[in-house]
Amino acid sequence: MAAQLDDRTGVNLTPVTPKSRQLKQPGRFPWPWVTPALIIAALFTLGPLVIIVVFSFMSRPPQGGGVIYEFTLEPYVNFLFQTDFLGNTTFDPRYLSVFGDSLLQGAITTIVCLVLAFPIALWIATRSEKLQNVLVLLITIPFWTNLLVRTYAWMLILNDNGIVNTGVQALGMPKLELLYTPLASQLGLIYTFLPFMVLPIYASLAGFDFRLAEAAYDLGARKSTVVRRIILPMATPGIVSGILLVFMPAFGSYVQPVLLGGGKVLLIGNLIASQFGDSRNWPFGAALSVIILIMLMISLIAIALYSRKSGKKVEISI
Amino acid sequence: MTTPITTVSGYDRVDPADSPSRELTISGARKTFVTPEKTHVNAIDDVSFTIEQGEFFVMLGPSGCGKTTLLRSIAGLDTLDSGEIRLGGRRIDQLAPHARPVNTVFQSYALFPHLTIAENIAFGLEMEKRPKAEVQQRVTEMLELVQLQEMAGRKPAQLSGGQQQRVALARALAKQPEVLLLDEPLAALDLKLRRGMQSELKRLQRTTGITFVFVTHDQEEALSMGDRIAVFNQGRPEQIGTPEEIYEKPVSRFVADFIGETNFLETAATRVGSGDGERLVVTLPGGDPVTLPKAVPTPDGTVTLTIRPERIRLSPGGERFASGRVSKLVYMGTDLRCTVQLADGAELAVRVPPPFDPGVRPDAEVSLYAEAQAIRPLTPEPQER
Repeated sequence: MAAQLDDRTGVNLTPVTPKSRQLKQPGRFPWPWVTPALIIAALFTLGPLVIIVVFSFMSRPPQGGGVIYEFTLEPYVNFLFQTDFLGNTTFDPRYLSVFGDSLLQGAITTIVCLVLAFPIALWIATRSEKLQNVLVLLITIPFWTNLLVRTYAWMLILNDNGIVNTGVQALGMPKLELLYTPLASQLGLIYTFLPFMVLPIYASLAGFDFRLAEAAYDLGARKSTVVRRIILPMATPGIVSGILLVFMPAFGSYVQPVLLGGGKVLLIGNLIASQFGDSRNWPFGAALSVIILIMLMISLIAIALYSRKSGKKVEISI
Repeated sequence: MTTPITTVSGYDRVDPADSPSRELTISGARKTFVTPEKTHVNAIDDVSFTIEQGEFFVMLGPSGCGKTTLLRSIAGLDTLDSGEIRLGGRRIDQLAPHARPVNTVFQSYALFPHLTIAENIAFGLEMEKRPKAEVQQRVTEMLELVQLQEMAGRKPAQLSGGQQQRVALARALAKQPEVLLLDEPLAALDLKLRRGMQSELKRLQRTTGITFVFVTHDQEEALSMGDRIAVFNQGRPEQIGTPEEIYEKPVSRFVADFIGETNFLETAATRVGSGDGERLVVTLPGGDPVTLPKAVPTPDGTVTLTIRPERIRLSPGGERFASGRVSKLVYMGTDLRCTVQLADGAELAVRVPPPFDPGVRPDAEVSLYAEAQAIRPLTPEPQER
């Protein structure tokens, strides 16, 4: 009985009054008003997706691009198996290795971004409010120009007569081959996606009450312990959404591997692009896209399950 | 050397008689802040005093008087510009916060929102790398001590303000600090809850025997809880003493004014006697000459007197120190609040306890009586600091 009385904090309680009998809350938007917007949103977001999924089950025309509307599973079979001229079907790991390379590249980008972004975000979050606004603005400055333009700028920095090599030569060292290497591609990816990691982590730390850190010090924690036991758990939602925001586009990246990596390593993004371009194998390109989609969906579901289990709110937003 | 005493709550404490004196000494503490207008403000202005072991010590003062800064300096969350803080002879002001045997209950409670109540309480013990079983046992004891056993698995957000307060207390006490610092811990609670927590805190302090340093701006709280009170004004304690001393024998106008309700009177004074026997004699309008209990400097021949409204009587007894006309009368049930105007225009608030004399009416002429002890001369305020 005492326990029940103790529970009357109002925090864990829900009203018994049925929803229908509760007064309408002002400021609620009735759904018929948004129907037109919903239809348009559905067309533009779901429409292309449906087309991709449908195309991935269609047959390839004998010549040229496009599809013919005959159901087949061939594109998915082609992902793992290769049929030679004699009609023998054998396991072919080449596309899988493209997948693996892309996965590796995405993983490296994500890990490096995370390692760099967490201290930056923590540093920004501990500045004065005025300075915080300026720093966040600085982080977002790259978004003001087009990605392609910025990537070309990297080419100017990294090429044989670029800033880096001019500097290296001035120091009397031999020229480095930087542009059109996997390293350049990786650098470009890290550069591009770093803000997407910094901003959500910063957002999760911005509301952080640093008096909690003081309390932890007071209870005997050292600096590293405070970061690990208090700040890191608070930043987890931001870290998870940062990982999603970085990993997903880095995995399927197209611009940096081609422009900076010189297209030397075949990645999933380039592979898909070439199926719709040079190879004119639309169904296969669509099938590859669907495979990526399913992988990402699985990881999103895993995160959703984690967030429900741990009671932490994970939002994919900046 | 030390013998644990098992108390009702299962909280073992060290008998103060067993351990060497572990008083907290602050000497020459100073800390200066710079305001946005580039003027320097002494948050702590050359403060020295000693807090005895096992004492409930209250630092009282208006906001911005330096009491919280001093508390944070003891905890190690702020650093002093100069001065020393010693605990039982050991200098602690240069130690990191985690190395000081001192814990804090914060005004905002500062409970870790991602940890459960039990995990919050265990945090400090885990930092000491104590064995798991011991931590577990200690958490259970602490939950029992603050009567929150059922809440062990909850998150702080699922608790009411008073419960959060008790968790913050349990978390700080779990480490068995030598000194517990409390920074306005009851400020966020409503009046009824606050009263309950006051006696709860007092009980905890008695059972644990830990030195409590309690910061508040609520004079009633200070009077009811403190063994000793330091009244802070502009970065330094103006008076340190027991609640009775602070209330009955305020040394300055600030202290008299800050604690409770009081009257101030400016009057001419003459000196009699010399040396330790020197006394001041004052004569107020319509009253007999009164010899004051102690002497204070009288730079221009005048002295400021203070007298509490409840120490003035309208019926004979003690000195008849003044007389005047009743200008205002308010019936309060428990007492009559009466304002008496003296011949020179000064007004005195008087509280008349029942039974009420029907003769006391507005415009009635009354004589005011009080013990000479109740009329306190105040040391004049220094012109410049």
